[in-house]
Order: sequence, then structure tokens, then C-alpha cells
Amino acid sequence: MLTNIFYVWSDSPALSLAIWLVICITLLYAGRPHGHQLLRSTGRAIYTSLRLASASIRQLEERVKERNRDVLLAMGREASEKAVEREFHRINAIVERDLSQYPSLHRKLADTLQKIQDDYHEASGEVLLPPAWSEVMDTIASLPTSGDPAVVKILENIQDAVENSHQQSFKAYQKNANERHKILNSMQPEWRTLNSTMSKVQNMLTGLEERSKIIDRHMADYESLRKAEDKAVNSLTASSLTQFFIASLVLVIAAFGGIINFHLIALPMSEMVGGASYIGSVRTSDVAALVIIMMEITMGLFLLEALQITRLFPVIGSLDDKMRKRIAIAAFTILVIFASIEASLAYMRDLLALDREALAQSLAGATVAEAQFRWIPSIGQLVLGFILPFALAFVGIPLESFVHSLRTVLGLLLLGFLRTLRVLIRTTGGMANHLSKMLVSFYDLLIMIPLSIERAVKWHRENSTQNARLEASELDAEDESAPVGPKKRKATSRRSRTVDDVADDLPFNVQEA
Amino acid sequence: MKTHSLFFLKSYNIVMVLAALAVLLLHGCGAPPDNRRAAFILIDISGDYASELQQARTLSNYLLANLNSGDSLAIAFIDNSSFTERNVIAQATFDHRPSVASQQKRLFQSQVDGFLDKFRVPSHHSDITGGILLASDYLHEMEAGQKHLFILSDLHEDLPPWLDREVKANLDSVHVVAVNVKRQRGDNNNPREYQERLAGWQQRVEEGGGHWMLVNDMARLERAWQ
Repeated sequence: MLTNIFYVWSDSPALSLAIWLVICITLLYAGRPHGHQLLRSTGRAIYTSLRLASASIRQLEERVKERNRDVLLAMGREASEKAVEREFHRINAIVERDLSQYPSLHRKLADTLQKIQDDYHEASGEVLLPPAWSEVMDTIASLPTSGDPAVVKILENIQDAVENSHQQSFKAYQKNANERHKILNSMQPEWRTLNSTMSKVQNMLTGLEERSKIIDRHMADYESLRKAEDKAVNSLTASSLTQFFIASLVLVIAAFGGIINFHLIALPMSEMVGGASYIGSVRTSDVAALVIIMMEITMGLFLLEALQITRLFPVIGSLDDKMRKRIAIAAFTILVIFASIEASLAYMRDLLALDREALAQSLAGATVAEAQFRWIPSIGQLVLGFILPFALAFVGIPLESFVHSLRTVLGLLLLGFLRTLRVLIRTTGGMANHLSKMLVSFYDLLIMIPLSIERAVKWHRENSTQNARLEASELDAEDESAPVGPKKRKATSRRSRTVDDVADDLPFNVQEA
Repeated sequence: MKTHSLFFLKSYNIVMVLAALAVLLLHGCGAPPDNRRAAFILIDISGDYASELQQARTLSNYLLANLNSGDSLAIAFIDNSSFTERNVIAQATFDHRPSVASQQKRLFQSQVDGFLDKFRVPSHHSDITGGILLASDYLHEMEAGQKHLFILSDLHEDLPPWLDREVKANLDSVHVVAVNVKRQRGDNNNPREYQERLAGWQQRVEEGGGHWMLVNDMARLERAWQ
């Protein structure tokens, strides 16, 4: 069909091709303004609409960014409040534990001080000072005797009497000094008691001081969060991402633990619920095993929630202490029951596996071998069946971190997606615009021959017009000596605009074209 | 206000997760496929084929190892007249408890072993059609999701003159597996006879609505069983 159309003008392919080319080029030349308008308007329309879409995505991106920031700040504030609350609880505990004994400590301190004071007063009584006696003795010895025996004797008697008195007073002084030393010696343990009591007080005050410093730090963080500072937001984002990866890792580990737990109880569960029934395409025994594991995890969540380790369920957290304690006891009891069931199931699994193995050996025609130390894996499975539920019960802690950090991570991912989409849309719009320009140029390239002719004709026409004007102006100059400068400049400028039009003009509508 | 909005977001997330789980659960709770399987083994004890009875032990042990709780298995022999209850050596539908099912399998194995150990005299004729009719009745009675009929025979039917076996067996959705189809002396002289015999049985099975398969190598039983 197409071949027939091609050869409609002539049987010669070259001639047909030439005719078709001429027709096409003529048609393209005739439709040049409309072609240009079509290409440019399409390019512009795509560019404008994509730019509009990009702007709306940018708005959405800003909203998501704002929302992420709000979520982060709210989470940070909540965490700071919790931290401050915890520190106050610790201070309360310190005060209750240590400072509640302070009155008795104070009484002890006062008693010790009183005793020390009394002892001091006792030790600070008047003391006979022996040095005065020696001076009296020296004075008596230096008195002139004048050789009178009676005087000498009197003086000797006086000296003896003084000497005796001195000895007595010295002994009394020594005794007194010994007693004071004893008193001072007895003060030593009191000083030690005083020292240790003061150390205790110092320790208490130091602990409180450290706590108060931590509270100050938390309050500074809280203040920074309240002011919504960028530093705090960045810090929270990094912290949230770290939390997300750590929590994910722990959850993956927990998932593996859950899979092992599942395989431990799935087979023996078929003894309870039957091995031939199905729910959908899944065995009922498998579903039952999964349900038991899920129930264990749920009980673990409730237990952690009741102990206020996690805060996934505000309803439990808002209950009074007595009710929470009851819930914790109930959850722990159910968990223990489940763990016991699992331990028995795990043991049963071992027995079933043993039986199955024996049957398989019997069907294969082999003699059933008596396995040695078979009790070790049996006990191992029993213990594993009891331990795993408790291990899985702690999954609530990483789960809470995961849920909290997931919101931030999802927000960041959404933000990244929107940003990428915006860049792609902007790039596509720009490319569409440039492509339309390229197509316009290509269009002109296809019809370059008629365009060259058109340009040549225009140039020739303008030259003739210019020459006519020059001739006319020369005649006028001869006649009236009129200036010709401005007219020349005008002609030049018009010519240059014509060249520009040919080179770069991309018309938007038919009139412009 | 922020706390309330956070709580709302958290609740919203939990609701979304629960909704997704519910959708998955509902998706999984469609019409449950019937995963139960029923198998019937026919052993030809006539003439030359009686020497191949050890293959029956292998086949029954293989099926016992592969069948689970809820599945059914029966074994019968083909002799002069096979469409009777006395031909059934053992049959069992395994209990839903694996431990009980294991006991049933042991009992089944002991019954088969007892029959094979006591077997001495081969039959003169072989009523294969009667055996297939017996198996067909059993398999349809079990209403299992998958039905398999294993025939251990040379497929050379030699009916006594008084038997009328011009009956079409209902083998709808039954996988008929001819196992260890031994070539006879005449087949060696004229292989076309063997091929025609196989083609004839295939035609009969397919006309009855069944699917035909030939497994001469016992090691390839797994392919037939799948």
C-alpha cells in the first residue's frame, strides 16, 4: 500500500523520492508557523504543568518536613520529660533512703559534739604549774646564811618543806595531766564517729548534687526542644535512626527465636488439634503454634506495660498501681503456664521425632539402632521450650523503640521520595522544554532550502529598498543638504533584527510567527 | 495538644496494622483445599508376576513413609477373581494424631509383611479389571483430594471364563500408576504386543476419567507421587 503511494508520481524511485521530498518540504514550509507553535506550546505546556506539579510537591514536602519535625520534637520532649521524671524519682529514693535517717544522724552528731564539749571542759580545768616552785627553791638557796647555824637550819628546813611541797604538787600535776590525757584519749573515738557521720552526710549531699546536675542537663535539653532548635532536631533524628537500626536488629533476632519456638511446638501441637485439618492452606496445628507464640508475646507486652517498662498501651499505663500490679501478676502467671505447656510440647516433639525416626528405619528395612545419650537433646528441648517464651516476652522493649523510630524513618523516607520525585519532574519539564526548542530547530533544518531562498529574497528586497532610499536621500542632500545618519542607523538596526529573527526567533503563535 | 495528636497517630498506626492483618487473614480463609490423599495398591499374584512381590513391600513402605495424618492407604491382591473383600490385605485411614498414625502404619506394615511371608501359590488367572473396580470403589469412598492407584502387574489380564468384566471403571480424577510392568516372554518376540497392551490400558483408564502414568523404575516413584 505504502509502496503504491510512494510510486504514485513516477516509476523511478529517485524521481518519486524527489517529488515526495519537494511536496513534504513545501508542506512543512507552508505550515512552519503552525508547526513551530505546536512544538513550542506543547513543550511549554509540559514544562509549565510539571513545574506546577513540582511546586505542589515542594509544598507537600514542606508539610511532611514540618510534620516530621513536630513528631521528633514531641518525641524528644516526651523522652526528656520521662528522663527528668526518672531523675526526680531517683532523688526521691535517695531522700527517702538516706535523708530520712538524717534526724537520728543529727541527734547522734549533737550528742557526740556535746560529749566532746564536756570532755573538753573537763580537760581544760586549772592546772598547778610546777615551774614557780623551782624559782622559790632557787631564791631560798641564794639567801645569805651569814654562818649562823640556826639560820642555816631554818633555811634548810624551809628548803626541805618547799622541796616536799614541790614534790607533792608535781605528783598532783602529773596525776592531773594523766587524767586529762585519759579524757583526751577517750575523745578520739568520738572524733572518729563525728568524722564518719560527716562523711555520710557529705556522700548524701554529693549524690544529690550529681543528680541535680543531671537534671540541669535534661532541663537544658528540654529547653532546647521547646525552642525547637535545629541542633536538637538533628540530634533527635540521628538518635531515632540509631534506635531504628538497633531495634530492627533485635526484632530480627527475636523473629528467629520465634521461628525456632514455632518449630519446637508445631509438630506436637498436631497431637492436640490434629494433623489433618487445615485453615485455608495452613495446617491448624501450625496456626495453633503461632497463636501460642503470639499469646506469649502479648502476655510479655502486657507484663512490661504493667511494670511501666514500655508505654505502648496508655490504658494500662494510666491504671492505678494496685490494678497494674494485678495485671502484671496475671500476665506473668499466664506466661509461666504457656512456658510450661511449651516445655511439655518440646519434650513431646522429641518423643514423636524419635518414634517417627524408628518407623522410618523400620519401613526402610533397617534395624532400629538404640541411640546413646538421647536424653541430652530431650532435656535441652525441654529447657529451651521453657526459656524461649520468657525471652520472647521481652520483645516489647525493642518493639516500642521500633514503633517510635519507625514514624521518623517513614517520614524521612517519604521526604526523600518526594524530593526525588520533585527533581525528576523538574528535570523532565526542563527536558521537554529544551526538546521542543530542538525540534523547532530540526523543523527549520528540514526546510532549510526554502528558508534560504526566503532569506535571499528578503535580503535582495531590502537591499533594493535601501539603495532606493540612499538614492533618494542623496538627491535630498543635494537639494536640501539634509542629514542621512539616523536613517542609515535605522536601516542597519532593522536589518540586524531580521537576522536575529531568522536565527533565534521561536514564535508562540501564528501572529508572532 | 501534641501528646493527643501523637496518641492519635499511634492509635491510627495500630488500627492500620490490625486492618492489614485482618485482610491477610480473610484472604487466607478462602475455600480450603482438600489436602487428604488416598492410595490403593494392587498386587498381581498370578503366574510369572508372583516373583515380583518384593516390589510390593517396597512400594507399600514408600507410601507409608510419605502418607500423613488424615490420608488413607489400602493394599489388595489380584488373583482369579479380584472384586471381593477377601482380596484386601490391609487398609487404614491414618489418625489425626501423629503418634496414633505411626502405630497404624506399623500395623499396616506387619499385615503386608505377614501376607507376603505366607504367600506360596500363585493364581492361575489375573482379574485386573476386578481389582481396578475394587480400588475405584475404595478411592471414591474416601473422598480424598488426591487419589492414586498403583498397579504392580504385567498388565496381562487373563480372566476366568465365568467372569464378566465388561464394566467401565469410574476412575474420575484418579492417578493410575502402572509400576514395574514386567515384559513377558511373548513381548520379547513381539514388542508391539507389549506396547499395544500398555496403550490399551491407558485408553481404558483415560476413558474412565483417570490419568495414566507408567513407572518401571521404582526409584522414580517420587515423580508419580508428586
